[in-house]
Amino acid sequence: MKNSRRSFLKISGLSALSLSSLSIGNVLASSAGVTNTSPIGDASVKPEALQAKKWAMVVDVKKLAENKRYEACIEICHKIHNVPNMPNKRHEVKWIWEDEFKHVFPGQEHEHIPDEFKEIPFLVLCNHCENPSCVQACPTKATFKRDDGIVLMDFHRCIGCRFCMAACPYGSRSFNFFDPRPFIEEVNPEFPTRMKGVVEKCNFCAERLAKGQQPACVEVSEGALIFGDLGDHESEVSQILKKRFAIRRKPNLGSGPQIYYLV
Amino acid sequence: MLERALSGGKRYWQFVTILMSIIGVGVICYLFQLYYGLGITGMSRDVSWGFYIAQFTFLVGVAASAVMLVLPYYLHHYKVFGRITVLGEFVAIAAVSMCILFIAVDLGQPQRILNVLLHPTPNSMLFWDMIVLNGYLFINLIVGWNALSSESKGVPPPTWVKPFIYLSIPWAVSIHTVTAFLYCGLPGRGFWLTAILAPRFLASAFAAGPSLLIIICMILRKVTKFDAGQEAIQMLSKIVTYAIIINVFFFLCEVFVAFYSQIPEHMDHIKYLFVGLHGHGVLVPWMWTSMILMLSAIVLLIIPATRTNERTLIIACVAVFVGTWIDKGLGMISGGFVPNPLHHVHEYVPSLPEIMITLGIYATGILILTILYKIAISIKEEVE
Repeated sequence: MKNSRRSFLKISGLSALSLSSLSIGNVLASSAGVTNTSPIGDASVKPEALQAKKWAMVVDVKKLAENKRYEACIEICHKIHNVPNMPNKRHEVKWIWEDEFKHVFPGQEHEHIPDEFKEIPFLVLCNHCENPSCVQACPTKATFKRDDGIVLMDFHRCIGCRFCMAACPYGSRSFNFFDPRPFIEEVNPEFPTRMKGVVEKCNFCAERLAKGQQPACVEVSEGALIFGDLGDHESEVSQILKKRFAIRRKPNLGSGPQIYYLV
Repeated sequence: MLERALSGGKRYWQFVTILMSIIGVGVICYLFQLYYGLGITGMSRDVSWGFYIAQFTFLVGVAASAVMLVLPYYLHHYKVFGRITVLGEFVAIAAVSMCILFIAVDLGQPQRILNVLLHPTPNSMLFWDMIVLNGYLFINLIVGWNALSSESKGVPPPTWVKPFIYLSIPWAVSIHTVTAFLYCGLPGRGFWLTAILAPRFLASAFAAGPSLLIIICMILRKVTKFDAGQEAIQMLSKIVTYAIIINVFFFLCEVFVAFYSQIPEHMDHIKYLFVGLHGHGVLVPWMWTSMILMLSAIVLLIIPATRTNERTLIIACVAVFVGTWIDKGLGMISGGFVPNPLHHVHEYVPSLPEIMITLGIYATGILILTILYKIAISIKEEVE
């Protein structure tokens, strides 16, 4: 009895020591100017990780309508992120989905819009705002903005107050009204599943960027979605936006959405 | 002090038993919700706040209205309110307790509630709401309890309580202001995005709270020996009159701004509530009932003959209370979520377990109020 207690204390003391030295290491690493942007929020960045000053996405609406890859985009995203398929629409969880022009850009529709625009699907997802209202509203910092502009969720800190859902002007957030796990067809072990009572949304594939991969929807879009760094003037997204006119959802609110729609 | 709550007549214990059984049903429904998730309520991805948050908003108002007794009594030495000020403070205690419970049952992960303290976030209005609500609860506990215990001993209240009394006045205003700020600072919700939301909340609070107190005073006169006095009730009725008129006036200001400016995102929510939108309008009959109740209460309260007649006064007070409850406890929250940010119309209707949990919390509040009032009335009867 005594022995096991002593060894327990030893082990716990040792692990506490190693933990603290680890965190000291992290602090030193970041202060040495290695980097302060991190893939999921921790301080370890692998050399292959994609990094940026300000991530953004350009949606080539016409191309997407032509190549009809929008369903593939939605499918791959929901599959790799373990997004459940809830039977009741009220409890729907979605990270990326399609809607019509008049719903994506309410107030901008008029009867003389070309028919092609009325019909074609627009992909909508989290706008990873420069000035996110959800981050401002969250009482626990469970949702936060990374230095590279990505707005993320800490599923373990979220208390499920849903203030962020009321704050988001784009309806981009979903709440787990029930345990989502029984409604995931095939669990991807590479990405965490969620529990009931927490909010979730698109994460710009932060876990893929950390491994040097493009977001999954971009990868399957066959060039209709372009992802890159708006902080870099030479990047593809910067170059496209210089040449072609793009609109954003509700720009008048000052939230600074980072999804640009080419029209 | 507390021992007085344990000695009561048959009717007292019957009432407590009824409340306890309602609380019991509420607790069972809550355990059900805790196990399965908030999906058992009527809330949805689009209407992500429902009945719980609406009741919370309404009751913050009821709690804040104690200031309508505290301010005339302590700042203007209006002695008539001396007998009932503690009753107002106890209403505040019961109402704030209900508010905190409504927030707690609305959380998806209630066991993580302390994260709000572990990771304090001053840019979140919910953080401030937690501070002001808990603060108001403690201030009223300190003030009410000390006032009552010194009354039972026949001595004046200790002087150290005075600063808390004065603090309770701006604090009462702050709880409802911060609660309005939860909603009116959100950029994408046109219904709430109005600077008049906090003043409007306060006006409806100062109508609903004092009208509830008048109803309570009349009940107390029937079931106990305690009489608040004609003059106090008449003064309360004047407060209700002004407040309900200002509340309706503020609402009409909202309607003017929305419909004269013709900005769709401001008009659509009011249209949804009062005439329906794209064929959806479950709240339309409720909202008109609310308007009719408030307007007829104004008529009854303005005419001196019906205001001074206690029969018509009590009708007016019930009309004010129910009217403002529909306005805030039904329309205010779900009205802000319909239509949604993508301009789809998905309606909200509370589910049965949701209503049972709500009733359970109301019963808890009434139980707290009953126990506090039992103590207060016993002391007042002993002193007399």
